[in-house]
Amino acid sequence: MKARRDVTAWVLLPVVALAMLPLMSFSTWVTLTIAGAAMGMMLFLMASGLTLVFGLMDVMNFAHGAFITLGAYLAVSVLGRMAGWGGSESLWLNLAALGVAVTVGAVVTGAVGAVFERMIVRRVYGSHLQQILITMGGLIVAGQLVVVVWGAQPLQVAKPALLRGSFLVGGAAIESYRLVAVALGLVVFGVAHAVLNRTRIGLLVRAGVENREMVEALGFRIERLFVGVFVAGAALAGVGGVMWGGYQEIVTATIGDEMTVLIFIVIIIGGLGSVTGCFQAAVLVGLTTNYVGYLTPKLALGSNIALMVLVLLWRPRGLFPVAKP
Amino acid sequence: MVEKVLLRLEGVQTHIGRYHILHGVDLVVPEGELTVLLGRNGAGKTTTLRTIMGLWRASAGRIVFDGADITRMATPDIARLGIAYVPEAMGIFTGLSVRENLVLATATGRFDAALLDGVFALFPVLKVKWNDAAGGLSGGQKQMLAISRAMVERRRLMIVDEPTKGLAPAVIEHLIGGFRTLKESRTTVLLVEQNFHMARSLGDGVAVMDDGRVVHAGGMVELAGDEALQGRLLGLSLAAHQ
Repeated sequence: MKARRDVTAWVLLPVVALAMLPLMSFSTWVTLTIAGAAMGMMLFLMASGLTLVFGLMDVMNFAHGAFITLGAYLAVSVLGRMAGWGGSESLWLNLAALGVAVTVGAVVTGAVGAVFERMIVRRVYGSHLQQILITMGGLIVAGQLVVVVWGAQPLQVAKPALLRGSFLVGGAAIESYRLVAVALGLVVFGVAHAVLNRTRIGLLVRAGVENREMVEALGFRIERLFVGVFVAGAALAGVGGVMWGGYQEIVTATIGDEMTVLIFIVIIIGGLGSVTGCFQAAVLVGLTTNYVGYLTPKLALGSNIALMVLVLLWRPRGLFPVAKP
Repeated sequence: MVEKVLLRLEGVQTHIGRYHILHGVDLVVPEGELTVLLGRNGAGKTTTLRTIMGLWRASAGRIVFDGADITRMATPDIARLGIAYVPEAMGIFTGLSVRENLVLATATGRFDAALLDGVFALFPVLKVKWNDAAGGLSGGQKQMLAISRAMVERRRLMIVDEPTKGLAPAVIEHLIGGFRTLKESRTTVLLVEQNFHMARSLGDGVAVMDDGRVVHAGGMVELAGDEALQGRLLGLSLAAHQ
C-alpha cells in the first residue's frame, strides 16, 4: 500500500508533463518543459536547505530568502570581475566563470549562514513565534546590508556570453542557461540523495527529522548536525541565488524575498523535511508555472497556490510525508 | 557477595512544566541484574527513565552511574557512557530500513559480527526484513528492532519502557526469551513493566512506584511470594495481569 502510494507520487511529474502535450505544439511543449524543469531545479536549490532545517529542528526560517539575495549579488560581483572568461569564445571558460560564481556563492552564504545560526537561530529553538519574528527581522536587516554593500539600484548580472542565447532543436527554442541549471540541479539532487542515503551523517539527518530525541538517546549531538544542515542549506540557497540571479539577469535587494512564498509552497507540497519531495515539488511548481503562464496567463499568479491546495487535498502532509512520532 | 551498584537515584525530583511529577525517587540498580520498576499508570515510571536519560531535567536530587554524577549531563553524553534507552513508543525510525536503524545504534557504524549474530538468533525476522523500511514492521517486530538496537553494541545498562504494551501473548513470550538471553550475558537492565507475568519471570530486583516515589524495593522472589504485599502495593492492577 505504502509502496504503491509512493509510486503515484513519482509518476506525477511525467503525467502532468504529458497531459499538457495535447494542448500545444510539440516544439512549444519542449520549450516550456525545459523552462519549467530549469525553474524547478533552481527552486529546488533554493528550497532544499529550508525543508531540512524545518524538518530537523522545527525551525521556521523566514530569512532564508536573504541567502538567495546574497547569492544573486555575489553572481553580480563575481561574474562582473570575470568578464574576461565570461566573454570569451570558449564554452569551457564561460562555464568556469559560472562555476567560480557558484562556488563563491556557496562558500560565502554558507559562512553567513553559520554566523546567522549562531547569533540568531540558536536563541529561539522551540518557539515558532520568536523564530518568525526574529528571522523576519533578520531578513529586513540583511536586505538593508545588501543595499549598504551593493547600493539600492538594480544591478545587471554579466551572464557568460555563450550562456545567453538559445538554440533550436527540431523547432523548439532551448535556452542554454536553462540546460546548465537543469544539469546543476540534477547533480545537486544526486549528491544530496547519495549523502542522505549512503552516509552515516545522512542517516542521522533522516533519523533526526523523524525523531530528534531518539537520535540524542543513541548518543549523537543533534545540535552539531543541525549547524551542518543549516550551513549546507544556506550554501545551497546561495547557489540557487547565483543561478536565479543569472537567470533573471537583473538583481534587486528583494530578489530573494520574492521567492520566499514560492519556496514555502514547494516545501509544503513536497512534505516538510523530505529532500526528494522538495525536488519533485520544485519541478512540479516550475512546470505548472510555465504551462499555465503559456495557456492562461491570467491564472499564472494563483496557479501555485491552487497547485498546493490540490496536492494537500490529495495528500494533506505533502507528496513525501516524513513520519513523526 | 556484595553487589556493585551500577545506577543509583537519590531523592530525584522532576518537574514537567508546572507539574511536579517525581517527589524524591530513591532507586538502586545492581550491576548484572534485571531490575523491574512496577507501578500504576501515572506513578512516574516513564518520567524516572526519562530523567535518568537527561530527557527531562531533575530539579533536585542526584543520579549516579558507575560512580559518576550524571544528573546534569546532556542526553548524548549519558548515552555514550553505555546506556541504551528503549522508550515506550520504541523510537523506531520508520523511514529508515531495519539495517539503517541498527547501524545508527552502533558506536562506529560497523556491526560487531558476534553481537549481530546474537540479535539474529534471537529475532530471525529482522534478518528477513533487513532492507525493508522499519515503518512496515508489525508492532512486535518493531519492539524486537527497538530492543535489538540496544543489543548491537555492548552496553553497561539497558533502560526499557514497557516493551510488552499492546503486544500479543505469543510475542510477549518471544520477548521474554530475548530478555533471558540478555540476562545470561549479565547485561544490567532497568525494565518498566505492567505485565506482572513478564516482570516476575525476569526480575531479580523490583521497585514499586506510587505518586512519584519508590514505595517498595526488594527482591522479586519476595514480592512474588507475598500476595498480601502485592495487593497492598499494586492493588487490582496486579490481579488483572496475572
